[in-house]
This record gives sequence, C-alpha cells and structure tokens, in this order.
Amino acid sequence: MRVLAAMSGGVDSAVAAARAADAGHDVTGVHLALSRSSPALRSGSRGCCSREDADDARRAADVLAIPFYVWDVSERFAADVVDDFVAEYAAGRTPNPCVRCNERIKFAAVLDRALALGFDAVVTGHYARVLNGPYGPELHRAVDDAKDQSYVLAVLRPAQLAGAMFPLGEMVKTDVRAEAARRGLSVAAKPDSHDICFIPDGDTRGFLRRNLGERPGDLVDESGVTVGRHDGSHSFTVGQRRGLRLGTPAADGRPRYVLGIEPVSGTVTVGPRESLATSHVRADGVVWGMGPSRSSFDACVQLRAHGEQLPASITVEANQLTAELERPADGVAAGQTMVAYDGTRVICSGTVSGPKGRMA
Amino acid sequence: MMAATTHYLDHAATTPMLAAAVATVHAALSEVGNASSLHTSGRRARKQVEDSREQIATALGARPSEVVLTAGGTEGDNLAVKGIYWARRAADPRRRRVLVGAVEHPAVLDAAAWLATHQGAEVELLPVDDGGRLRPGAVAAAIARDPTDVALITCMWANNEVGTVQPVAEVVALANAHGIPVHSDAVQAAGALPVDFGGSGVDALTVSGHKLGGPVGTGALLVRRELDPVPLLHGGGQERDVRSGTLAVASVLGLAVALTHAVEHRAAESARREELRDLLERGVRAAVPDVHTVNAAERLPGIAHLTFDGCDGDALLMLLDARGVECSTGSACSAGVPEPSHVLLAMGRGEAAASGALRISLGRTSSVADVQAFVDAIAPVVERARAAKPTAGPVGRR
Repeated sequence: MRVLAAMSGGVDSAVAAARAADAGHDVTGVHLALSRSSPALRSGSRGCCSREDADDARRAADVLAIPFYVWDVSERFAADVVDDFVAEYAAGRTPNPCVRCNERIKFAAVLDRALALGFDAVVTGHYARVLNGPYGPELHRAVDDAKDQSYVLAVLRPAQLAGAMFPLGEMVKTDVRAEAARRGLSVAAKPDSHDICFIPDGDTRGFLRRNLGERPGDLVDESGVTVGRHDGSHSFTVGQRRGLRLGTPAADGRPRYVLGIEPVSGTVTVGPRESLATSHVRADGVVWGMGPSRSSFDACVQLRAHGEQLPASITVEANQLTAELERPADGVAAGQTMVAYDGTRVICSGTVSGPKGRMA
Repeated sequence: MMAATTHYLDHAATTPMLAAAVATVHAALSEVGNASSLHTSGRRARKQVEDSREQIATALGARPSEVVLTAGGTEGDNLAVKGIYWARRAADPRRRRVLVGAVEHPAVLDAAAWLATHQGAEVELLPVDDGGRLRPGAVAAAIARDPTDVALITCMWANNEVGTVQPVAEVVALANAHGIPVHSDAVQAAGALPVDFGGSGVDALTVSGHKLGGPVGTGALLVRRELDPVPLLHGGGQERDVRSGTLAVASVLGLAVALTHAVEHRAAESARREELRDLLERGVRAAVPDVHTVNAAERLPGIAHLTFDGCDGDALLMLLDARGVECSTGSACSAGVPEPSHVLLAMGRGEAAASGALRISLGRTSSVADVQAFVDAIAPVVERARAAKPTAGPVGRR
C-alpha cells in the first residue's frame, strides 16, 4: 500500500514509519505544522510543533530513506482544536484536545487529503491496534496497556479507522526506543511529550487567561453560600483541589474540591470529596465501533486519558449513553470522553455531558 | 515513492555545476595558498583570484576594481542594501528612505525590513503591475515626494518566481536625475539576459555562482568605485575594505569559469531555453486549459510560472516529485511550509488564487524529454490535487 506516515519528530511516529516501510508499504513522511508562529527552538518542556521537531522528523525520514514533506494544517488546527479547546473551557467543560486532533485533523483533514492524493492509509505512532473483526476494522487497546492511546482514538468512526495504521500497537515503549536506537534514529532518547502541544510551557491556566481574559465569579459551597471569589471559571476543572484560594475554611476543616462549574454565571461549586463521587455518567454524541449498536450492555468504561477502567452497565437512548458504575468514580468532568470497552475492544464512545443530576 | 528517473526542473533554485567549473574547483582545492599571503604560494593564489576577478568583470561589463567577491547572492543583497543605506545616511542623516520593489527577493526585502525595525529606515514598497513588473510611475512619484531623503532604490533585474524582467533602465534614469544610487539583484538574470553593469547605470549589482553553473557559496557584488558601502563583515578588509574574510580561491575560480561560459553561450542557450519554455507552456495549456501563466512582455527565458485554480502548490509538487518531476512552488518556505507568495500577492492575485502555483525553471541541462515529462504528468496531477483540496464547509468533519 501507499501510506502517509505522520511524523511529529518524536520517537514513536519515527518507529511507526519505519515499521510500515519494513512491512513492505511505500511510505511517505509528512510533518504536520500545527502552528505558523512556532518557536524556532524548544523552550522548557517538549512540544511537538516547534521548528526543531520538524527537523527531527526530517532527519528520521532521511534515516528511513523515505520522501518527506511538511503539511501546513495550522488553520484547521487553530479552528478545530485550539479554538474548540478554549470554547469548551469557556463553557465549563474540560476538553481533551488530542481527541479532537485525531477526530478532526489526523484522521479527517489529513486522511482525506492523503486519500485524495492517492495514499491508502495514514500511519501514526499511536499505541492502539486495529484488528479485523467480523464486521470490519475494530479498535483495540494496545499491548502496552500503560501507553494505550485507544482512549484518544475511540472517537474515530469505522471509515476513519479503515484508513488508519498503528504499527506500534503490538509493541511496548521500551522496545520502541530500543528499536529506534538500533535503526540509528537520533530521536531514540527524545523525551515523551506529555503536555498539550500548543501550550509548550505547560501553563494551561495562563493560556486560557490570555485567550478568555478575566471572568470573575463566586466560589460557593453545596448549600449555595459564597466561600470565595475567583478570576475565571475556566481556571477550574471538576475534581480539582489545588489553587482554590477559598476565603472561608470548610466547617469540618477538610479539603474541598471543585464539584461543578456554571459557565454563564461563572459560579464554581466546591465541596467535600464524597460529593465528587458519582455512579451515573452521561455522554452525548455516541460513536459506535464496528458491529451492531445495542440499547443496553455491560462494559468497562474509561473516563479520562490513562484513567482506570470501571465496570458499568450502559443504556443507550437516542444519541446518549448512560453508564451506571459499579463503584462510584471521582471527578468526572464534562467534556472528557467516555469510552466503553469489551475486553480490549472499543465498543463505543461519547462526550461526557455530566454526572447525572448535577450538570446540564 | 521514488521515481526511477528524475526530471530536474528547478534550475532557478540551483543548477548543476558546469563540468569545466567542477574540474577547475577540484584541481584548485588541492593547492595551498592564502590570497593575502606574501610568499610564493600566496601570490599564486592571489593571481588566480585576480585573473578570475578580471574574467568576472569582463563577463558583466564591469571594471575589476568594481568586483567585490562574496559568499553568494544573499550576502551581496545584504551588503548592498544595508551598506549603501548606512553610507548614504552617514553622509546625510536625512537620507532614510529606502525604495524597494514589492517583488524583490527575500534577501533584499528582509534586509530592508531589518533596516526599518533596527536602523530607523523608512522602507517604501513600490507596486508592480499584474505581470509582476515594477510601475515606473510609482517610482517617479516616490522619488518626487522628496528626492533628497532617499538613501537608495533597489530593483531586481528579473524576478526569481515569475520571471518578469524589471524596468531597471527606467528606474536608473529616474534615480540618476537626483543622484540616488540604484542596486539591482541580478541573481537570476546574469547568464540568462544581457547584463552590462557599466552600460546599465546601476550602482551596485548582485550575482550568485550557483544559479549559473558555479559553486554554491560564491558570488559577487559589483559596486561603483564612488560608492563605499559600509561593510557587514569586519576583519581584514580583503575585498576593497568592503568585505572581509579569506577568499575562497577554488570557488572564485569556479565562479569565473561558469560565469564566462554562461555569458559566452548566452544568446544561443537563452533562445534554446525560451523554446523549451514555450513548448512547456503550450503543452500545459493543451493539457489543462484553465492554467494561468504570467502576462509580461519580457520574461526570463527559463522560467515558466503556472497557477492552477482550486488546488495547493505543495500537493502539486509532492505528486510531481513522486513521478520524478522536480519543480518548486516558487515561494519561500519556513520549516518546509509554503507561505503565500509575496510576489503573487503583489501582482494582485488573492491568497486562494496564489496557492496553486508552480515555478518550472529550465537550465543548461534541460531537455525536451524533461519538458515532455512535465507536460505528460501535469493533467492527472492537477486533477488529483484538485480532488484533495476540500471545498468550503466545516473543516475536517465527516
């Protein structure tokens, strides 16, 4: 097959491209330029859109002896990922920009362009597996469960999955680094990226403040009593404990957590840890994996990236999933993705609209 | 995908070295001698440099003392724009205006922009017509606003993206009336058009080695003796005290051989390239009738600039590359990302219309087979690239 390898400049995508070439595919490398005003060199923690990352990707392509180009997807990335990220926080939700990037950039804009240009698939360094099931391609968790990224890919529709290739799904990270070193790839020891790539300094609050400005509001307890003021509800996420700067200590002296965010008034509700726990989680915008959709089933759900899997019984009505968790979960934030698994297989996913009964 | 044979159609980016230049450089690289040394080896090196300087001067209608050897076109442009600005401002602090054609090479534009942000220059971009030719009327108007405060005018000989020949003689006539120096970037013109420094009346002229069959990293700025640009590089003053640095003897020799060859064969070779270019443009028009070409009376013989609506130049380039046909989108890249061409924007084409551009540039080694390969490839490539360009609507959603 003719495949397009998206090369971020990191070790994973470089080895993924190499493995695709080893498998006999005709591989072309592309680096996706996500920002036009990228800093020339990295500062502080790692990003994936600096000039240096593009150079690392180019050098990896040189080692693999594959053609290499840079594709400018900065406009789409700004509109579909960055603006969405800011708008979601403004609406009191906690978005996962990697999910949006996979859904709308890598396996939409880039895949569409690749297919139109005559490629058969897009190769990435994600840790996940696409396996052929009875109904077609299924998304499965990676063999390296600690690195698994099926959570941020579960939003892909079957047609998108059909054009995706994840050569690292069967590998563990230490082997990937060893293989990179063996192949002479200079990125073999390059640190993993953990931060949001468009916030390379890791200061998400500062980024949101610059984009949303000050939006002061009240911090209230569960009974509605004002216990403090804040300068922007977007600085909070459900389940957060630090940085609340409460004026009034809790009566019981115990720590308090963000329970909910009301974006219109800017009111942030805080309370004890017990109140964070919820057994009912709703999610909208259901995306089904291959296979018949069902109205009720048991599954394990994951509610945040690298979060634990929680046994649940799920009902589906209209375009909404409701999960009844066997054990209550803490800090379920609206805007995150809920993914339902049958073993390693992704059954379906949706965007958390809220723990039942608290948020709209 | 790597194609078996390569059709190199990007000679305006760089062109293969002339075999005679390779041989000359190769032989000279084994010889020791700093052209500034006083002993026998040094004098031998010096003689080679001075012989080359005379050849370069002869080829371009200049005097040897007017040839300042440089490390290439970018250095020549920077030395001219900054050095003449500094010198003219030092002589009269009112001279802060720099008049720059809107379609100049980035080596000129960025140097001028730096003068504006760091050196108090007032840079005026002069407009071009829809064929990319500087409007002499605009030059006249810009000078007339106050002829005494203009530090210099810079007007390229011919444009590197679209190939349009610029009205250098008209600009010189306008500037001469007020004693304003004119610099011309002739990097694409030298060896392709008749370039006579002395006869042209320009005060400074940039040429580059690797665009005409010489080695990369060598070039010259021709500067009239009366003009003393303030140096960019200090430390030895090897070149007329205008440029410092040990002379790269082998490269200078290679430049002289290539330039001399190019100028001697110019008339026949340019006619040949023009025929190939016309063949290419006719073939493309037949294959893709809605292609846009450049509407200019005088063009470089070896550059065809094509724009295809509804597709991206980088997609065209990639698809052609996969078929072994190598050309350029024509515009500058930052980290490999094509920017909208400032040349096309200055010509009044919108950003969307400017996006599907290709520059095909022919050189000494170009053949009918190369042109035919491009013509054969272009229709399916454009069709595919157009399919890959999403029409309006929500981005990336299915």
